[in-house]
Amino acid sequence: MAQKNIANWGNYPVVESNERSFSFDEQLEQLVEESIHFIPRGNGRCYGDASLGEETISTLKYDKVLSFDTVNGILECQSGLTLDKILEIIVPKGWFLPVTPGTKFITVGGAVGSDVHGKNHHVDGSFSNHIIEMQLILADSSTIVCSPEKNADLFEATCGGMGLTGLITKVKFRLKKIETSYIKQKQIKAESLDDIIRLFEEYKHSTYSVAWIDCLKKGQHFGRSILILGEHAKLEDLPEKLKSDPLKLPAKKSIPFPINLPSWVLNSLTVKLFNFLYYGKNFKKEINNVVSYEPFFYPLDAILNWNRGYGKKGFVQYQFVLPLEAKQGLVEILQRISNKGLGSFLAVLKVFGRQDSIISFPKEGYTLALDFPVRKGLFEFLDELDQVVLQYGGRLYMSKDARMKPEVLRAGYPKLSEFRKIVNKYNPTNKIRSVQSDRLELTT
Amino acid sequence: MSTVLILGATSDMAVAIARKMAAKGNNIQLAARNAGRLQALQSDISIRYGVNCAIYEFDATDFATHSSFYLSLSPKPDIVICVFGYMSDTLAASKNWEESLKIINSNYTGAVSVLNIVAEDFAERNSGTIVGISSVAGERGRQSNYIYGSAKAGFTAYLSGLRNRLYKHKVHVVSVLPGFVNTKMTAELKLPPLLTADTEQVAAAVEKAIGKKQNVVYVKWFWKWIMMIIKSIPENIFKKKNL
Repeated sequence: MAQKNIANWGNYPVVESNERSFSFDEQLEQLVEESIHFIPRGNGRCYGDASLGEETISTLKYDKVLSFDTVNGILECQSGLTLDKILEIIVPKGWFLPVTPGTKFITVGGAVGSDVHGKNHHVDGSFSNHIIEMQLILADSSTIVCSPEKNADLFEATCGGMGLTGLITKVKFRLKKIETSYIKQKQIKAESLDDIIRLFEEYKHSTYSVAWIDCLKKGQHFGRSILILGEHAKLEDLPEKLKSDPLKLPAKKSIPFPINLPSWVLNSLTVKLFNFLYYGKNFKKEINNVVSYEPFFYPLDAILNWNRGYGKKGFVQYQFVLPLEAKQGLVEILQRISNKGLGSFLAVLKVFGRQDSIISFPKEGYTLALDFPVRKGLFEFLDELDQVVLQYGGRLYMSKDARMKPEVLRAGYPKLSEFRKIVNKYNPTNKIRSVQSDRLELTT
Repeated sequence: MSTVLILGATSDMAVAIARKMAAKGNNIQLAARNAGRLQALQSDISIRYGVNCAIYEFDATDFATHSSFYLSLSPKPDIVICVFGYMSDTLAASKNWEESLKIINSNYTGAVSVLNIVAEDFAERNSGTIVGISSVAGERGRQSNYIYGSAKAGFTAYLSGLRNRLYKHKVHVVSVLPGFVNTKMTAELKLPPLLTADTEQVAAAVEKAIGKKQNVVYVKWFWKWIMMIIKSIPENIFKKKNL
């Protein structure tokens, strides 16, 4: 057995695991039968401890495309296939992912297990909205198909269920039609939090919207931001020189991040400087241009291993959602962060549309994602933030989480007992369990 | 556009090689003992790369079937890549003749049997490329791996002789000697990361060797030098080492 240390994208925590992989159905069946317990694992791009465990089953070699209906835009694939590979297949044929998170280096199984959302959540919902049908292998090694109509309870609890219902093997989902591989982008500077919230409302019909927010700025420019909007460009939107090859794939260029930076490099001073430059680079109030989908959806993928910038101790990403009426909660959290001087390079604000799933993270309101390097006092501070989030009726994203207390999860997800019931039905002995599910008392 | 036959197409290395060759626009023929296992790869390759991909049943150690297998291929391939192989614990195999024979047949005899047939066809057509995935383990016998190593040594010598014979027929033969590679076969071993290639690197090396008509290819360049040093150690010293 090959024991190795594994971690997810935040490099925190690090866990010793016996990781096994499979290429064929019967190998997987045998692995599941032989396991005392296990957690499915894809590309390890969730941030915390969700796909970590003493025993993991990797889907990465189970990565075949099974069918692609180029007329109706329906793709079926094995769960270990990553979104970057899917884009290479579908974009030249005039199709796009219905929903994509900020990195394309996640597996389809991971997209379902986290029920990922994108910049278009307010119009297209989360990834699970576009699934036609999927297949799982359960803890007892039996195979089962589920969809919104068939075994609907299993379907609902699997979307966002962090792998606890079973190992997702095959997924069939709908794609989005595109005329070109380019995005018509609009960037608007907002001078304050009120300003950005007003802009989100004004542009709520925009297909894609997200804002970068300067979480260290105090005073009258508190909450200054850049709103980034996008629409899939139509053929007539393209400049002449791009029209001959409108579905061109972006050139593959990425630079590796060579080393772990010492963790002191990112302090409030460097973050302030970064924010100053980032906000300042847009001279005009509004910029309109046509860009490839790559920099629009995946700006950070261009720097491979950018997580090393946070040093060996790793970082946690803190992502919460607050109901629309809880704008004051957003102010309070941003103030606490600013007062604490805990700057975050990545601070992303977005408005979610309606969603009412059992265990998926999105629900209508504001969601904010922040990165914090792991250091002394951080977890105590985040515990305080958790209380503010709960007080305003919000909740945290399990895919990013490495540290919340089980009562925070329970208070944030009103349908948690329903979720537990379904997990119990399909995974009755908690054979499928992760470091996270144990920590959150979902499998203990 | 050429047709590429992959023998032993269910291995991790074969998947990477098949995809690489398909990405270059070649039609693919996948052959393995358990052809049912090839169906997902078949759809994957034809959808991703828009090339023809067919599957065939082929058992490397069932020598009597090799002729009819090759006859059944339509069209006949222009490039044949022999990927199959098998490794198991040497000490256990040394006490179990069945196991020893399985290692020898899967790494050497089976390859000779099927490539003899391919070679006749290519020689007659005066064209084609044959690629054999052998191993650095065949460069010098070591106590930890000598049954597998000796079979691969035989295969390496066979490939070099075949290259010599087929040269005048304009048929090119490539010997690939990958060092450590991350695959199912090595999943239980602790491999040093710097010396270990991934299957995509092997696939890229194979594709390049075919295009550039290279003769002997080590996937990571320093393996050539490592093996040169290992081969130059005097036997008197080598026999006392724990390698």
